[in-house]
Amino acid sequence: MTAVLALAACTQQTPAGASPSAAASAAAKRGAGGDLKILYWQAPTILNRHQATGTKDADASRLITEPLASFGKDGLPVANGLAAEIPTAANGGVSADFTTVTWKLRTGVKWSDGTPFTADDVVATFTYQCDEKSAASTIDRCEGVKSVTAKDANTAVVTYKEPQPFYYQWGVGDAGTILQKAQYANCLGAKAKDCAADQKPIGTGPYKVREFKAGDVVTYDLNENFRDPNKPFFKSVTFKGGGDATSAARAAFQTGDVDYAWNLQVEATVLKPMAQQSSTATLTTVYGSSVERILINFSNPDPALGDNRGEPGTKHPFFSDKAVRRALAMATDRNSVAEQLYGGGLSGKASCNILTAPEPMNSKNTDGLDICKFDLNAANAELDKAGWVKGSDGVRAKGPVKLKILYQTTVNPVRQKTQDIMKANWEKVGFQVELKSVPAGTFFTNTSPDGANHFWSDVEMFTNSGDPDPTSYFVGWTTKQMTGKANNWQFGNYHRYSNPDLDAVVDSLRKETDQKKRNDLAIKANDILVSDVVVIPLINRTFATSGVSKSLKGVDPTPWDSEMWNIADWTK
Amino acid sequence: MGRYVVRRLLVSIPTLIVISFVIYAILALAPIDPLSQFGADPRIPPEARENIRRALGLDQPWPIRYVKWMTAMFTGNFGVSFMSHSPVSELIKQRLPNTLAVVGVAELVGIAIGIPIGMISAIKRYSIFDHVGTTFAFMGFSVPTFFTGLLLIILFGIKLRWFPFIYDSTLQIHDLNSLTQQIRQSIMPITVLGLFNVATIARYVRAEMLEHLPLDYVRTARGKGLRERFVVLRHVLRNSLIPVVTLVALGIPAVFAGAIVTEQVFRVPGIGDLLVNSIGTGDIPVVATVVFIFAVLVVLVNLVADLLYAVLDPRIRYT
Repeated sequence: MTAVLALAACTQQTPAGASPSAAASAAAKRGAGGDLKILYWQAPTILNRHQATGTKDADASRLITEPLASFGKDGLPVANGLAAEIPTAANGGVSADFTTVTWKLRTGVKWSDGTPFTADDVVATFTYQCDEKSAASTIDRCEGVKSVTAKDANTAVVTYKEPQPFYYQWGVGDAGTILQKAQYANCLGAKAKDCAADQKPIGTGPYKVREFKAGDVVTYDLNENFRDPNKPFFKSVTFKGGGDATSAARAAFQTGDVDYAWNLQVEATVLKPMAQQSSTATLTTVYGSSVERILINFSNPDPALGDNRGEPGTKHPFFSDKAVRRALAMATDRNSVAEQLYGGGLSGKASCNILTAPEPMNSKNTDGLDICKFDLNAANAELDKAGWVKGSDGVRAKGPVKLKILYQTTVNPVRQKTQDIMKANWEKVGFQVELKSVPAGTFFTNTSPDGANHFWSDVEMFTNSGDPDPTSYFVGWTTKQMTGKANNWQFGNYHRYSNPDLDAVVDSLRKETDQKKRNDLAIKANDILVSDVVVIPLINRTFATSGVSKSLKGVDPTPWDSEMWNIADWTK
Repeated sequence: MGRYVVRRLLVSIPTLIVISFVIYAILALAPIDPLSQFGADPRIPPEARENIRRALGLDQPWPIRYVKWMTAMFTGNFGVSFMSHSPVSELIKQRLPNTLAVVGVAELVGIAIGIPIGMISAIKRYSIFDHVGTTFAFMGFSVPTFFTGLLLIILFGIKLRWFPFIYDSTLQIHDLNSLTQQIRQSIMPITVLGLFNVATIARYVRAEMLEHLPLDYVRTARGKGLRERFVVLRHVLRNSLIPVVTLVALGIPAVFAGAIVTEQVFRVPGIGDLLVNSIGTGDIPVVATVVFIFAVLVVLVNLVADLLYAVLDPRIRYT
C-alpha cells in the first residue's frame, strides 16, 4: 500500500514520469503476458552492472537490479526506482550548497529473496562500487563523492566533497544500480573479480534470473516480491545474445520471432525498406548526445620525431593554421553522409554541434557559421587567402609543407563509406588524403600505436557521447587532459588541444550551480570547439535503434539511461 | 604396444608445454585488450581502466602470468573469465553440449552419408549417381559455410518459415515435442556443416577405393569366387579407410572446438562462438584454455589414429 502511495507521490513530483505507462498498467495484471523475447546481437557476459563491459551487460542487469531513479528524456530523474521521490533544491532534498543529497527511499520494498531493502544496501553499494580494488567499470560515478550514509532505514544521504552541480551523479540512471548488501558482503575489494553473485544478482527489479549462460542467454522469471502488485506484465523474459545485427533485424521485422531487437546497426539502405514493409515491428529511435565526429590533431604525428611523436607541445605542421582547419570543415559534406549512410534521420542526422543534448544545451549558434556549411569554393578561397598554393599534382603546399592527411577510423562499412565521401571532397580543395581503418578492438586501446588515443594520424573519426550533465564530456578537451606518453595515453584530450578560454569555461562549469547559466556555459564550450575547428561534428546518431514488436506497448527509450529503464511498464 | 603409447604420451608433454607457451605468447603480444570493450567511452576514465587492468592481473608481465596460468592448469584450474567472472571450465561445460549437438552430429552425418556415397561412386564409376555425387561434393566443399548458412536462413527461416534461425540453448529435451523442436532448430546448422563433411569424406573414399579396386588382391579375392559385396566391404573398403581415419580423427578436435562461422551465423552458443567472442573481447584466460584444450585433443587424437592404423592394417605394428 505504501509503495502505491509513494508511486502516486512521485508521479506528481516528476511530470516527465511514466504516466502513460501507468495508465496502461492499470488494465494489465502481473504475469498476464507470456514470454517476452529480447534479442541483442551482443551477448551479455555478466549481470552485475558495476562490472559490466558493455551496454549488453548493463541492459541485461537492468531487469534485475535498479538504481535510485532513472534518467528521463530531458535528462532529469524519474522516480521509477528505489527512491520514493526525487530530491531537489525546492523540496529540500538537495542542500543549498549542492553538497548533500538526501534520498527518501521507498518503504516496504523487498529483494527478490524476500528480505527487506534498506538504506544499508545503498551504503553497501557505495562501498563496493567506489572501492578502487573492486575495479568497477562504473567508478567514474564515485568521483567527488565523499560518502554515502544511512540516516535511517529509509533515508540515504549522498555527500559530495565540493559543490556538485550534477548532484544526480551517484545512484541515478544506468550506472546507479543498487546491489544487495548481504549478497555482496563477500565480494568486496580484490574478491570482486571472481564473485559468483555477478552471475545471479538478487535485485529489487521486476524480474529475477532463472538461468544465465554467459555470452549466450539470460532467462528471467517475474519477481513475485516486486513492489508494484500489478507489474510486471510478462511471466518470463528470454534475453538472447549473439549473431549479427542484420539477422536480428530480420527476426524483428520479417519473421517476428522476437519482441525487441536491440541496436540494429544495419546499413540504412537495407534497414529502411525492411522496417517500412514490416508487419511485425517498428523501428524505435531516440536522439541523445551521440555524435560521430572528426577529430583534428594539434600535435605533430610525424614518425621522424621518434619518442616525441604526437606528444603535447609539438605542433602540427599545417593544422596549427586555423585557415586549414576551417577549409577542411567547409569541405565536409555532412548532409550527404546523413542522407546516404544514415538513412536521412533513420539512424542519424547531420549536426554541427558537438553537444547535441539535453535540448537546452544544444547550441543554436552554429547553424549560421560558415564552417558548418558545405562549400568547396569557400574552402578553396580560405586556403588561397592563407597562402596554400596548389602544386602540379593538385595538392596544396606552403614551402616544404604539403597538405597530406592521414585519416583513420575503425573498420566499419559505414565509416569506410564516410571516409570515401570526405576524401573525395577534401581532395577537391587541395588536400591529399590517405585512408586507414583499424579494427575497433585495436582502435580503442590506449596502448595501441594505431589507436584513437595515440592519434598518430592527422584526423580520426569515431562516435562519443556525454552525461545529462556535460562537464565531464568537455573536460576531455582541456589542457590538463592532453594525452601522451607521460600518462600512457589514458587522458581524454586526444587532440592535444590547448585553449585557456575553453579551460576557463570548463572550470566555471565545474562550479556553476545555476541551471540557466550552466546551459549557457555548455553552449559556449560547444561553440568554442566548433568555431575553432578542434573537432568537426558530423552526425547526431540515434541513441537507441531498436526493432520493437507492434504488439509491445510501453517501450519509451531515453537517451540518458538503459533502454530497459522502464521494462516494468512494458505490456502487450 | 603399451610401451609405444606411454612413450608417445611422454613425448607429447614437452610438445604441449611448447604449444601452451606459444599460445600465451601470441595472446600476450597480440593487440587484443580486454578493456577495448569500453572503447572511447568517457564514462570509464583512465584511472578506472587502470584499476580494472590491475584487478585482472594485467599489470604483471606476461611471462609471469603465463607461469601462473600454467601451474593453475596442472591443478585443474582453468582460471576465471575476464568478462563474465565465472570459471572458464563452467563456460566450457555450458557450451560443449551445444557444440556436440550441432557440430558432433554433423560429423556423424558426414561419416554416415559420406562413406556410402564415396563407395557407390567408386564402384559405379561414371554412372549418373557418380556424376550427381561428384557435383554435389564439389559444391559442398567449394561453397563456404557462411554462404550456405545465410542461404538456408533466408530460404527456410525467413521465406518459408519452416525452421527457426535463432538457436535456443535453454531448450531441454524431455518429450517428443521438445525433441522435434531441437531437431527443427539444429537442422539448418547441421545441414550446412554436414554438407561440407559429406563432400570431403565422399571424395576421399571414392579416390581411395578407385585406387584399390584394380589392385591384384582384389582380383585374387574375386578369383576365389567371393561375393562382390564381400570383396568391396571386407577388402577394398577396409584398405581404403586408412586416410579416411586420419581425416575423421583430425576432425574430432574440430568437433570440440566447434564451428566458428556456422555457430555465429545460427547463434549456436558453442565453443567456436565462445572462442571467437573471447578473442574479440580480449578474454585471455578463455582463449588460452580453449586453444590449449584443442591442442591436447589434436595430440591425443593423432595417437588414437596411429593406433587405429594398426587395427585396419595388420602390417603396421608399433613397438
